Amino acid sequence: MAEKNNGVSSNTTTTQPLWLLAEITYQCPLQCAFCYNPTDFDKHTQNELDTESWIKVLRQSRELGAAQLGISGGEPLLRKDIEEIVTEASSLGYYSNLITSGAGMNEKRIDALKDGGLDHIQLSMHDITEEINNFITNTKTFKLKQKIAAMIKDRGYPMVLNVVLHRYNIDHIKEILEMAEGLGADYIELANTQYYGWSLVNRDQLMPKKEQVLHAEKVTNEFRERIGNKMKIFFVVPDYFEDRPKKCMNGWGEVFMIITANGDVLPCHSARVIPNLEFPNVRNTDVKQIWYDSPAFNKFRGTDWMKEPCRSCSEKENDLGGCRCQAMLLAGDAESADPVCSKSPNRHLIDQAIKDTENPGLEAKPIMFRSNKNSKKISEGEEKERLAKFHALP
Amino acid sequence: MTIKLEDIYKIAPHHRFQWEKAQDCYVILFPEGMVKLNGGAGEVLNLVDGNHSVEKITEELVKKFPDANGIDKDIIGMIEMALEKAWIEKTN
Repeated sequence: MAEKNNGVSSNTTTTQPLWLLAEITYQCPLQCAFCYNPTDFDKHTQNELDTESWIKVLRQSRELGAAQLGISGGEPLLRKDIEEIVTEASSLGYYSNLITSGAGMNEKRIDALKDGGLDHIQLSMHDITEEINNFITNTKTFKLKQKIAAMIKDRGYPMVLNVVLHRYNIDHIKEILEMAEGLGADYIELANTQYYGWSLVNRDQLMPKKEQVLHAEKVTNEFRERIGNKMKIFFVVPDYFEDRPKKCMNGWGEVFMIITANGDVLPCHSARVIPNLEFPNVRNTDVKQIWYDSPAFNKFRGTDWMKEPCRSCSEKENDLGGCRCQAMLLAGDAESADPVCSKSPNRHLIDQAIKDTENPGLEAKPIMFRSNKNSKKISEGEEKERLAKFHALP
Repeated sequence: MTIKLEDIYKIAPHHRFQWEKAQDCYVILFPEGMVKLNGGAGEVLNLVDGNHSVEKITEELVKKFPDANGIDKDIIGMIEMALEKAWIEKTN
């Protein structure tokens, strides 16, 4: 149990950051409408860590216990030094995973990555149709993805596909699973959109109806039963349609750590939305000190920070009050219960969102793609009205 | 699947078994997953290397832990579990 020290728990955690996600660049040629990256990524694109700094932080994190490494972005292959970073990660003993859209991959690079010891590649796929793929990414990338999938298989990597589900592709779930089987995928992650970053901005456009979600879940279960161990299927639960929140990141600062392009270290992908939290940076602080001692990492460890109804809830250890970022984004208070919880006084916000899927007004508010131009607009305070709509507070 | 004493297993492709100093235990790593193994399970998997038969694994562990009674059953149980989870595969 963490001790309290001026409202911030101090260095008593015994956890280790087993999973490290290196968000190595925020640049990306794709413009996916559901991207979880911060909408103001534009502010963080300058000042990327150089190769040497990445190698240093990989070493520090490994000493601390990190074993699973995801190299992500943006599109990580936009960096020319991925091969060098992978080689170093492998020699340090990480189980390494390149999380990519496929853009920037070619025969030469995939061979160099294999030689460097890359363990697997997670490729994002969007749909069985070229039309939806190209629409949701705002790029012509359908054929590219098919080509890269074949290349991954050919080189003997485990094939891990990631498909983010939303109202435009969720009804194609059976065909998507069949496509994955046809490509020889070993794993497929069906990730129902979680609403942060760009996907929150585009929630009206992306969120499926309840019956679509139930159908997708049913088809997935039937498929799983048939295919067994041959292809492992992860179905990331769409939390809005549940009545208990997810145990987000398996707990704040418990097992997961993200190092972003500019060196900021976060306990979860969206943590920057929480105000008044200063995130430490690897340029001036050692990873060990960040993990154990920084106020940001200690802020929501354990259960001492909780308010009612979480504080006296018999289930508080199960879900740790849900997601702090979702509580902030929707209820305007990071210490409140995740509004997904039926015990939250803000559950009506989720119910309203579900109700709105019946009449989403898709034409009135066009989808906002994840582009540098749109990010700049958001950083400069445009689109405030669009963003304000989600909050409980005035 | 029934485990036979002459069976030889190895760590399945796309999986990695290694000692983690920071965790002070063996782990098995695979896409999207990491499992920390308790002492006994780690000792067994450490010998699942494509060379040792189940019989040989049992012999070595009995020699290493002479005070542990009836560990042969636990060893078979552990191999069954690892096989079910597809961490290991049969080579012969």
